[in-house]
Amino acid sequence: MLSDIFINPFVDMVAAPDFLMQVLWEGLVSGILYALIALGFVLIFRSSRIFNFAQGIMVVFAALTLVGLHAYGVPAWISVALTLGVMFVLAVTIERVVLRPLVGQPDIILFMATIGITLFLIGFGETIFGGENKQMITAELGIPTGDTVLEPFGGLLILQHLDITVVIVATLLVGALLAFLNYTRMGRAIRALGDDHQAALSVGISLQTIWVLVWFIAGIIALVTGIAWGARAGVSFALEVIAYKALPVLMLGGLESITGAIVGGLMIGILEKLFEIYWGQPLLGGNTETWFAFVLALVVLLFRPQGLFGERIIERV
Amino acid sequence: MLDTSEGYVTEDGRQIGGVLMEMRDITLKFGGVTAINDISFDIREGEIRAIIGPNGAGKSSMLNIISGFYTPTIGELWYKGAKRPPMKPFEVARMGVARTFQNIALFEGMSVLDNVMTGRLTHMKAGVFSQALWWGKARDEEIANREKVEKVIDFLEIQNIRKTPVGRLPYGLKKRVELARALAAEPSILLLDEPMAGMNVEEKEDMSRFILDVNDEFGTTIALIEHDMGVVMDLSDRVVVMDYGKKIGDGTPDEVRGNQDVIDAYLGVSH
Ligand SMILES: Nc1ncnc2c1ncn2[C@@H]1O[C@H](COP(=O)(O)OP(=O)(O)O)[C@@H](O)[C@H]1O
Ligand SMILES: [Mg+2]
Repeated sequence: MLSDIFINPFVDMVAAPDFLMQVLWEGLVSGILYALIALGFVLIFRSSRIFNFAQGIMVVFAALTLVGLHAYGVPAWISVALTLGVMFVLAVTIERVVLRPLVGQPDIILFMATIGITLFLIGFGETIFGGENKQMITAELGIPTGDTVLEPFGGLLILQHLDITVVIVATLLVGALLAFLNYTRMGRAIRALGDDHQAALSVGISLQTIWVLVWFIAGIIALVTGIAWGARAGVSFALEVIAYKALPVLMLGGLESITGAIVGGLMIGILEKLFEIYWGQPLLGGNTETWFAFVLALVVLLFRPQGLFGERIIERV
Repeated sequence: MLDTSEGYVTEDGRQIGGVLMEMRDITLKFGGVTAINDISFDIREGEIRAIIGPNGAGKSSMLNIISGFYTPTIGELWYKGAKRPPMKPFEVARMGVARTFQNIALFEGMSVLDNVMTGRLTHMKAGVFSQALWWGKARDEEIANREKVEKVIDFLEIQNIRKTPVGRLPYGLKKRVELARALAAEPSILLLDEPMAGMNVEEKEDMSRFILDVNDEFGTTIALIEHDMGVVMDLSDRVVVMDYGKKIGDGTPDEVRGNQDVIDAYLGVSH
């Protein structure tokens, strides 16, 4: 029994390195999407102290809008542009109608407001697009199907072209976000705002502009993850779960750490896949991916309450 | 009393100009508390203007009104001869007013250099995309801004901590970094809320010297709050004295020192 836990899995890994690579690759594909979603949470939290409960439904809403527009005969890429426009309007509306009137309220009120946004988007989305499962317009967007087969170690490694595309696009998006945060005026402003609101105001940063910006970025992230996940699972309200995958990432990486979101996302994507294949399926009957990440995060928090990358927790007085 | 209507020349021979900013009949209430009670005064181009008074007198509130953090209940602000419409803090900052805070407000997670760099935000004009791609104009702008920032850093003698995260600095240095960030904005008015509070004698001397040098070398108009009478008398050209939200004195340090109300307030006679 002990050897099933501590020895056999590793023996299996070494015995079939090509299969191990397959597992790692699939973990990476999920991981980078988790990282992206977590980044959306972190940016909003840093700049407004809001835990954005609506991130998941934004993924659904973006994907539904894209697919819905295309169903009305709008060409695929124009649908993407229009969907981005819709996400921008959503960001502006949320800032005007929800955030601005509630500024200065306790965090819990703002959190509840994002639950309100979620409920609204569910109702609105269902009314306009209907609740049934739809096909993502993968081919129309020119996302390649099919796969490439490699033969490392004389074995077999199958890379779905969809997955390769997802990894490339998500990596580019993460890279672009990092460059934006580190090298542009607005990006610096977002980072600054997370540290100290008063100081940010005093150097001429407009809270409103930043809020619209971070919610729009969350919208862009929602669209990209919506396309990537929707291409595998179809577009329905169930897509929302991808956002819940970001929760353990945030527990691990911390709500405020950009690095934490990226590293935490990749870690969880890869570890949950490894666990599922080498421990979950042989020992626990599989399906461990639904809970493994949370258990991992809880265990880490037992030893490091501030998460992997958080600063030491000091109560402000 | 010194007639300041046309500007004046200080004892050490600096020419002080016309009115840059004027507070007219300012009253500020928080619920039942009247933090500022019908105060008027002006700040002239190129001068070091102090606001002093006991704790709770309303000094910080006045600074917060000037910088747009608070909106007066009654009263008007005039800037360069025009009435200022109600403004948000970021708008006031973009107008050229920089400030520091009584309880230091820095970006703790960022390095000293990055903190000071945020002081340049109001001067950055290049679009988001050219910035992200490090294109021509954005690049020139960034380089120019970096040069300005390095100058400020040299000026305040904090070169050796440029890369240090601000959170790790001792209190006195944080105050200096905060001043650096405000200076980096090349403000037309610099507002300092108790820049020397909590400092030891040596740090206070350094800070006094920096404030004088800033005013001298860049001609920056400075309004500062100080608790400590002695320090203020050395630094400032003119002083407003507040007590319980009222203005009880306004004039040169010597005039103010001789004012009976001020003496009472400071000795606690009227309390
Ligand atoms: N944001 C605020 N809300 C309520 N009362 C305030 C606020 N800011 C200042 N006050 C009150 O206004 C008065 C003046 O405070 P302040 O301007 O900080 O004085 P000083 O800086 O001279 O010590 C005090 O009674 C203080 O409690
Ligand atoms: Mg004060």
